[in-house]
Amino acid sequence: MKKFLALLLAALMSLSLVACGNSGSGTASSSAAASGKDTGKSDFKVGVILIGDENEGYTAAHIEGVKAAQQALGLTDDQIIYKYNIPEDETCYDTATDLVEQGCKVIFANSFSHESYILQAAQENPDVIFCHATGTKARTAGLKNFCNYFENIYEARYVSGIVAGLKLKELMDAGKVKDPYVGYVGAFPYAEVVSGYTAFFLGIRSIVPDAHMDVQYTNSWFDITAEGEAANALMAKGCVIIGQHADSTGAPSAVESAFKQGKTVFSVGYNVDMLSVAPDVALTSPQNNWGVLYTELIKTAMEGGEFKTDYCGGYSEDAVQISKLGTACAAGTEEAVNTAIAAIKDGSLHVFDTKTFTVGGKEVTNAFATDTDGDFTPDADEAIIDGYYHESYFQSAPSFTLRIDGIKELNAK
Amino acid sequence: MSTNSHEHSEPLFRISKRTGISAPKAWIIRGIALLMALVVSGLVIFAIVKLNPTKVYIAMFEGAFGTPKRSWVTIRDTMMMLCIAIGLAPAFKMRFWNIGAEGQILMGGIATAACMIYGGKAALPTPLLFALMLVTSVAAGAVWGMIPGVFKARWNTNETLFTLMMNYVAIQLTSFCVSKWENPYGSNSVGIINQLTQKGWFPAIFGQPYTLNVIIVMALTVAMFIYLKYSKHGYEIAVVGDSENTARYAGISVRKVYVRTMALSGAICGIAGFLAVSGASHTISTSTAGGRGFTAIIVAWLAKFNTFVMILISFLLIFLEKGAIEIASRYNLNDYASQIITGIILFFILGSEFFINYKVNFRRRHN
Repeated sequence: MKKFLALLLAALMSLSLVACGNSGSGTASSSAAASGKDTGKSDFKVGVILIGDENEGYTAAHIEGVKAAQQALGLTDDQIIYKYNIPEDETCYDTATDLVEQGCKVIFANSFSHESYILQAAQENPDVIFCHATGTKARTAGLKNFCNYFENIYEARYVSGIVAGLKLKELMDAGKVKDPYVGYVGAFPYAEVVSGYTAFFLGIRSIVPDAHMDVQYTNSWFDITAEGEAANALMAKGCVIIGQHADSTGAPSAVESAFKQGKTVFSVGYNVDMLSVAPDVALTSPQNNWGVLYTELIKTAMEGGEFKTDYCGGYSEDAVQISKLGTACAAGTEEAVNTAIAAIKDGSLHVFDTKTFTVGGKEVTNAFATDTDGDFTPDADEAIIDGYYHESYFQSAPSFTLRIDGIKELNAK
Repeated sequence: MSTNSHEHSEPLFRISKRTGISAPKAWIIRGIALLMALVVSGLVIFAIVKLNPTKVYIAMFEGAFGTPKRSWVTIRDTMMMLCIAIGLAPAFKMRFWNIGAEGQILMGGIATAACMIYGGKAALPTPLLFALMLVTSVAAGAVWGMIPGVFKARWNTNETLFTLMMNYVAIQLTSFCVSKWENPYGSNSVGIINQLTQKGWFPAIFGQPYTLNVIIVMALTVAMFIYLKYSKHGYEIAVVGDSENTARYAGISVRKVYVRTMALSGAICGIAGFLAVSGASHTISTSTAGGRGFTAIIVAWLAKFNTFVMILISFLLIFLEKGAIEIASRYNLNDYASQIITGIILFFILGSEFFINYKVNFRRRHN
């Protein structure tokens, strides 16, 4: 027994020697990191709470946005603390307060259901700015240190609809497609998704007036299998364009494999450039360019400026875009896209122009944007002004929930 | 080798069961195991990221106690883990494999959340609301634990499978409730319940929101210790656990003990659900139990059902978890790195039990 212990001790000691030997290299690298700190605002820290990590398209876009802001504002790596894979429960609140204690002056959270936890943290820490993407509560919360931010992604979706519409028209002109049938893989039957698919559909219909669309929900923001299956179900029904508002590559991959088996079908993605997974069928993807908003928000916080309750940006601010056009796109797509973007920028084109759609066969003359009594039906803020629905006008998050003629939800709750 | 065979063919070492081991000796073995675990995980960390392991351990400590908030979260989570382990202790002492703590916690959580939501709307007075939350969560957990208990007692069903399957039923029930109570619409989550009124939230005592959690779980720790060690019920549980036939011979109604103990086990897990919803998260989701119902099994077993030892072990596990998360965040490692470290440490701690129960005899040298 004694011998065994002696052996053990010897092993332990040799191991600890190894441990000591390494300490030199450890300190050297950390002092090197510290030397890059001299930017003057080195005590200013930013916390970023993320629902996923760089492997998930939506979060990857946010990380890219924060990195762009970091570069624009000259922040060092150790001034930004990322918290990955934070679920939508009390972990979010714990993480937020932890970031406050680590000295963060501005804290971001990127998922819709993080909001109530961030709001809680904001109430308890009035000296720290909290910014929540896609949320809706800042307007009514009455806090000086809490804001919502969102991109006008519906503008990019409209433009991606034009890309899809031109492809559809080309196929119909060539006689390859008779029925202009569009499918859409949506996440949840929530305003953000409804607004998105309606914009996409109106974009298509500006080119192909008799197009019609089915929406299949997956009830998840990120589910490769469910999105692939939804795309397969829509293609089986005869859809020739598959759009999506879900964060994975599931649908474009399914479309690509159907195309390889001889089906005529094309895909419009979201967030990520889908050409790597679907080189033959990917037309384009509407994309958020979060860097614009992150730069603005972090800059305001650094300068100690006053915060608005809502921040959003569209084509005019270069906050949204569509990804590189795929090889499958119809001739003349680039020109049509540029014309539409220019028209959106100069205000001559409104995505939700009430002359372009009907609800129950009638033109819509009034629609509320805000729900004030918590029953999830909008009851305040008339959004139809000057002949078009003012999306993201009263708050940054989308509010368009009209179900327009020509679109059918296959499995809404 | 063959030249040695003329002596005794005694192997290099052989293993024998210990008849008994003194407590200090057992703790020395455990201490050595922990030390070795730290050294080995230090080596692994160095191999992966070339970081000084001592720095990594300091980071781990700061992850659990770096700030007052972190210390309190560590304490809160330790209490939660301890509460579940206390709930599991009587069942496992009876050798009833209750793998269903997850479901029992969720049922307690659903009951609590329902009280908070509907009681908050009906503006119930706070003491009544708390009484209601406690009673319903205890009842919900007890029923969920009793069902497999009754089936085992009546039809001798396999409790491991039964309790495991009950988890999935509870998870489905939870997602049903979440979609019923979701707020805001379309978010597929309940959000913070009664955020403005804070109705049904544990009140802050001595300025700390989690003091009540500590008080409740500490009371349970003492009560369960006494129950298992000094009560007639506790004795019956021990006898049934050691040998069902002996228990029957001694005139113990084994069926009754099964059902009663599982009701108790489920009830305490229901209280854990109550703590999780009303005392910590103020929300309900399928991740409310979060796998802790399984981890607590390790706590209960390692402590040999001694609830005071459980405090130590739950604390150690939570400490490791917080530390591992901090390492991953600070050094930009993936979550898996922290799980590797936790895995190594658990491996050594569980392994040390072998050396406590068995003795390694080395071949004596014959001079």
